[in-house]
Amino acid sequence: MTHPIPPGTRDVLPAEMRELREIERAVQSSFDAAGYGEVLTPTMEYEDVLRRGDDRAAGAGYRLFDEQGHVLALRSDMTIPLARVAATRLAEVEPPLRLRYLAPAYRAVMRGTGEPREFLQAGVELMGVESPAGDSEVLRCALDALDAAGLRRHRLGLGDAGIATALLDETGAEPAARAAIVDALRRRDLPALEVRLDRAGIASPAREVLARLPLLRGGPEILDRADGPSPEALERLRGLYEMLHEAGAGERVLLDLGIVHELGYYTGPVFEVYDPAVGFPLGGGGRYDGLLGRFGRPLPACGIALDVHRLHLARAAEEKLR
Amino acid sequence: MSRFPIGPPEGLTVAVPRGALFADTLDLLDGLGADTAAVRSDGRRLIFDECGIVTMRPSDVPTYVEQGAADVGITGKDVLLEQPWRDVYELADLAYGACRMVVATPEGREVAEPLERLGRVRIATKYPRIAARHFSETGRHAEIVEVKGSVEIAPLTGLVDAIVDLTATGRTLAENGLVEREEVLRSSARLIANPVAHRLRAAAVDALLMRIGGPR
Repeated sequence: MTHPIPPGTRDVLPAEMRELREIERAVQSSFDAAGYGEVLTPTMEYEDVLRRGDDRAAGAGYRLFDEQGHVLALRSDMTIPLARVAATRLAEVEPPLRLRYLAPAYRAVMRGTGEPREFLQAGVELMGVESPAGDSEVLRCALDALDAAGLRRHRLGLGDAGIATALLDETGAEPAARAAIVDALRRRDLPALEVRLDRAGIASPAREVLARLPLLRGGPEILDRADGPSPEALERLRGLYEMLHEAGAGERVLLDLGIVHELGYYTGPVFEVYDPAVGFPLGGGGRYDGLLGRFGRPLPACGIALDVHRLHLARAAEEKLR
Repeated sequence: MSRFPIGPPEGLTVAVPRGALFADTLDLLDGLGADTAAVRSDGRRLIFDECGIVTMRPSDVPTYVEQGAADVGITGKDVLLEQPWRDVYELADLAYGACRMVVATPEGREVAEPLERLGRVRIATKYPRIAARHFSETGRHAEIVEVKGSVEIAPLTGLVDAIVDLTATGRTLAENGLVEREEVLRSSARLIANPVAHRLRAAAVDALLMRIGGPR
């Protein structure tokens, strides 16, 4: 007789747990050494509160009713709950706020082939420091944590949520056509992108700039090749890249102008973490200068979260290549 | 990047579909400068490390590419639409392997007939998601019966009222007394890439895309 658990959830047994704990400890003490204090928030929040941070409640997938009929949602990330904390319990604390967490988050699964509904995130949020200094600090923090976790080949993808948004604003495309273009940009479906740009009647040169956007990734030279995206966003990325380069992390950084975050709370630079040994990102984050304001405490902020289980998978995959 | 973008020592691994797209895909790779002689001559081997090629069923290509077991791959648009959740980037329409997915019924029997009398139409297909979406988008209630092979015989045996299947020339349909009633979509071969490889192997991916002639 079997007693099933929901697909996408897992039991962790001692052999795996020992290695996961080792990674958690390494990441946590690395964040701790950088001056980030650990916080824990409830697994479930009022859905209204999550919606205040993001119209889609940051993609929360699981909702339940409490005994008074209020809608509760399992958090899908830690950023919105920490924005709430910064505006409530920490309202009187002078910025900058440096917070870290190690906590599970929950997302709906689209296909039921075992992709996780519950995943353990280790992350940091830095509130009250402007771009690019804040972004640079958070990214260096993440790189140190990845080193501490035992990874050797990891890379940081660096884009800007404002690039595609600004380009699309200029075209004045209708909302439906715009959503279709964003969808093709996000999925990097280049044939569909071409068709949708034409269908939306977007004229040159904006059409060519948007069509090329998903291919603009690589070293700092792509900033010179990128003719079209807003010069301010490009300068912002260049400045951030140079800060990371001076910190000795230039080799780790991959600029990627095609990263698109039309929905959600990201306002500036956005981050993704990769490892060539595995085919999926290990984490991500970005700058969300508007989010804390929605909770009544306007502060510039940014953060990054690493998926602990994926770090473990990547470390195991790297070991095989050695 | 002057080095050839596919195969060892540092090139990409390509997932190549066996079946209808196989010959044209090998021709394409040869045209780009690959040497696919070994792949052509050995019908039983599936992995060709010497030229960076892994061969598989077309419907497995998105799986291998999504997981990063292959950096890039070639498969039909029909396969990609049937597996819309796959996190892969679609870089180019390769134009070959053109075919259409259609709704077909036996001669003399319309799709509307079962809908009118019984409120639903029964459909056999190898593409349950595409078929279900086609009928739901057109506001009709369909019961989808997934079959793995020889879809054409399903309506002839009374299993279903109609089929949703690919057709290139229409011959198989005609041979089984089936008549095309609606076009569901048009398909052709696509070049897809793993999202991490698309970034971390950008130079090789772009060199490949350039040789193919850019996104079309």
